[in-house]
Amino acid sequence: MNSSGILSITTFVYATAAFLYIFAWVFKKDFPGKVATWVASVGLAGNISGFILRWIESYQMGIGRAPLSNLYESLVFFALTIALIYLVIEQKYRNRTMGAFAFPLAFLALAYASLSPNISDRIQPLVPALKSNWLIAHVVTCFIGYAAFAIAFGLSIMFILRQRAKTEGSILKRFPEPRVLDELTYQLIMLGFLFLSIGIITGAVWANSAWGRYWGWDPKETWSLITWFVYSTLIHARMMRGWHGKRIAWLSIVGFMAVMFTYFGVNLLPGLHSYGASG
Amino acid sequence: MVKNETSPDPKNRIWMFFASVKLTVALLLTLAVTSIIGTVIPQNESPAAYVNAYGENLYRIFSVLNFFDMYRSWWFQLLIIFLTINVVVCSLERLPKTWKIVSVKVPPFNADRFRDDNSKVDFQSQRSVQTLRQAFEPFICKKFNYCRVEETDKGVLLFGEKGRWTRLGAYIVHMSIIFLLVGALIGSIYGFEGFVNIPEGQTVNQIRLRNSNEIYPLDFDIRCDRFSVSFYETGTPKEYRSALTILEEEKPVLQKDIIVNDPLSYKGINIFQSSYGSLPSESLTLSISSREPQLGFNFVKETKIGEPVELPDGKGSVVIQDYTNSAQFGGRSIGEAFIGVLTPKEGEPVQVILPLRFPNFDRMRQGDFIIAVQDYEKKFYTGLQVAYDPGVPVVYLGFIVMILGCFITFFISHQRICIEVIRAGNSSRVMVAGTSNKNKLGMQQKIKRISEKLQGMSQVNSPTT
Repeated sequence: MNSSGILSITTFVYATAAFLYIFAWVFKKDFPGKVATWVASVGLAGNISGFILRWIESYQMGIGRAPLSNLYESLVFFALTIALIYLVIEQKYRNRTMGAFAFPLAFLALAYASLSPNISDRIQPLVPALKSNWLIAHVVTCFIGYAAFAIAFGLSIMFILRQRAKTEGSILKRFPEPRVLDELTYQLIMLGFLFLSIGIITGAVWANSAWGRYWGWDPKETWSLITWFVYSTLIHARMMRGWHGKRIAWLSIVGFMAVMFTYFGVNLLPGLHSYGASG
Repeated sequence: MVKNETSPDPKNRIWMFFASVKLTVALLLTLAVTSIIGTVIPQNESPAAYVNAYGENLYRIFSVLNFFDMYRSWWFQLLIIFLTINVVVCSLERLPKTWKIVSVKVPPFNADRFRDDNSKVDFQSQRSVQTLRQAFEPFICKKFNYCRVEETDKGVLLFGEKGRWTRLGAYIVHMSIIFLLVGALIGSIYGFEGFVNIPEGQTVNQIRLRNSNEIYPLDFDIRCDRFSVSFYETGTPKEYRSALTILEEEKPVLQKDIIVNDPLSYKGINIFQSSYGSLPSESLTLSISSREPQLGFNFVKETKIGEPVELPDGKGSVVIQDYTNSAQFGGRSIGEAFIGVLTPKEGEPVQVILPLRFPNFDRMRQGDFIIAVQDYEKKFYTGLQVAYDPGVPVVYLGFIVMILGCFITFFISHQRICIEVIRAGNSSRVMVAGTSNKNKLGMQQKIKRISEKLQGMSQVNSPTT
């Protein structure tokens, strides 16, 4: 079996895990939640092996490059980081309701990669502009940042829903306490912000070695900076003005919209960063 | 803040305006929103293209608002200047207070604040206060790089702390932003960015600047010895390579093959592989044959652009007039082509297009003669980007400082712990509490872990050390 095959199967494993997390939350059952953790871990193992296998396959084809250079590969890696970060948090905070909001994101990323007819999963050789040692550092750091923001987005939605929980028996009461959700969201945003910064910086250094300029206001660059502005607003509002709860949750949602536009929307605009586009 | 916001002193009021975090939030959000404009409206295109896309009226409005070169517009630069002043003033305003906290020699501890902490942990021990003190002290001093023991009339207090200096993290991040802006300013004043196309075998000593389109002389020569492009089997480009030689007073001083991502650097000026193209070739070989075999001729002739080729038996002549990189046919681009004129003995002259990609193209013309390019001299020019930016080291320093600063600000905290051991008859009561200036949840868990360890040490049958 080749890497695309493994990743297609992983998509269904992720779907099962996401379904079990939601099921366990909605029907207040513990057992499906435990199964969900196992299924999610198996999925992550599949995702990682698909990623590594694809790397090996590229060497067998004589191309030999890290699988981080087009939309398909970036989505695979995005799903991998979301699943990994989520499972670490689940281990630490022992609450599986978060899986109902975080894991569907990992599933959607991989499903988009595997099932969309517009995205080619062929291993293609690198065009000259991408042949650089900065490729791995740039893409890996960006996507760790994106994944942290994605989970923060899921938790922010949970926070907003949790606040609306009125009755004691509400399934929303099974969420972690608002205080914990709020703090965890912020932790993830700080992680994401650090990695987004490193991602922008490695991109700038790379651009300087490829084009002789570290910043050129290309749409992708600009959008990553817009994202950076939104999250730094959030961080300042919280650190210096004591914003908590709802306002932070909404800013986190706006921030993730900016992330999504940086990732997908920019391909609709003209610019140099077209490598991330389909194909 | 000590200063009054309604202070009559205008200098003071300006200072307070810039010291506000509300301003920071407003500026960051304004920058985020306005930056979108330049990603939606393509920047620095020709006025004609804009009028075409937006119409005359919208073009005028956008033009007045500098939307076509917005990142260099006065209002955008002004926002950045405001943010810079804001960062500097905010930091200066708050640094003295932080510095006072950070630079204390003997950290002050207020035991009551720890006693009131909600997440403190209490436990009992059969051991005496002094035994527990001897067990706890080395443990706490190892975990925290500052520790102190105070005797009270009820027992003993142990304090420990670490990471006090990390309160400077935010100032480190702000300093990095100043580095970035200063670096960018140095680059925009003393740097330049231009491009030059050099045909194979030729030498240049000037470039064209990207923003102003002016000619900029270099104090050395660049020669392109060779250019080559290679392709993968799929037809996508694999590598663009230019063999360059740098000459000083006509003597070669440096030679290097550059490819994308691997530029040449000379005297601080970097030369990047940026584009390429093929040049009008001077000479080519034409094959001319008659459509009707019985008319019977097929011959091959070497020629040059502008040099007529006579057809046999005085049937006319062909002259290749031009070479183009992208010929058009029926509204579609058909790539590189030679263009010429065929003048038959009888009838009107006709244009012939000889695209290099389609050797049999001329058959479509349905003429009496079929002309094709059999061979031609292929020559390239290399397109180089030439850039000089003395601000780069400062910017890179800013990058490193920013990563370090963010890491410190977000993930290393000023943690303090207080352990109180009180005599309770023959046994002791122990309280463990801690505070942290960030990641309070993490600190609570840490206090839980530490108190479990301490509890283990307080068992009667456990070793004291």
